[in-house]
Amino acid sequence: MIITCPYCGPRDSSEFVYREEGGRIRPDQASTDQAAWNAYVYDRVNTAGEHDEIWQHSGGCRAHLRIVRNTVTHRIVSVAFARDHGRPHERRKAETPA
Amino acid sequence: MVDQLSPLAPVLRPGRHALADHSVGVTLTETQPGSIVQLAAWRGEEGALIAAIREVAGLALPDGAGGGVSTEAKAGFGFAPGKFLVVDQDEGLAAAFAKAVAPETGTVTDLSHGRTAIRIAGPKAEWVLAKFFATDFSLPAFPLGSGISTVHHDIFAQIQRSGADEFDVYVFRSFARSFWKSLCHASEEVGYEVL
Ligand SMILES: [Zn+2]
Repeated sequence: MIITCPYCGPRDSSEFVYREEGGRIRPDQASTDQAAWNAYVYDRVNTAGEHDEIWQHSGGCRAHLRIVRNTVTHRIVSVAFARDHGRPHERRKAETPA
Repeated sequence: MVDQLSPLAPVLRPGRHALADHSVGVTLTETQPGSIVQLAAWRGEEGALIAAIREVAGLALPDGAGGGVSTEAKAGFGFAPGKFLVVDQDEGLAAAFAKAVAPETGTVTDLSHGRTAIRIAGPKAEWVLAKFFATDFSLPAFPLGSGISTVHHDIFAQIQRSGADEFDVYVFRSFARSFWKSLCHASEEVGYEVL
């Protein structure tokens, strides 16, 4: 699998590490909302299809990347610097009611 | 300055390790720069940092990812967004950058004793490097003067093309001896000379 890093260009996937599902928003550090923390730590969209992900080009420029990958076909749909957007997309599960 | 000790000294065997027909595909050299400095710009300050590199080192780095310049005594290239490696055969570059780069612009890290610089040159240089790194070393993909960051297993490497068939590889000092031994093994196939 080849991933095209926006800085380094096309590189072997062995140079990259998967970090986490994209679009996750950490509750305020001072929050004591157990349900919100539980959702942040454990809930995942787990998409079958195009999935928002945060990767790092750990064996290259070390930038964090927002990658949309198709979890069924492994096709890389898009790659961008994570820092340009903070989080990839607004495609989260609905917040767990408190 | 404190003398730089080569981590390669115990395994460096200068001379020709040629093929049976006496041919040599690559030459390997430890270039031992006096200064290896990493510079990083805060976001939006990349232009100011590139200007400081021009002022201090006299290197005009071209725009674009991995853009760089390699001269006889000095070299510089981008290896990550907003980050540059600048190398001088003379000592004192880090101190000069520390004066020229304001804290609002970015950071200066002296790696002179932290990296080992290895030059691989010759008609088989691309071929030997391609055994280590899953990157394209051909001239169109890796233009003269430009640099890349890549990795061979756990050994991170920053590589600059300093000539049509010449590359400078910067590896962590603590991994340098292991990398050098691997490089010699990989070069046996084409014949090599240690200068
Ligand atoms: Zn990269």
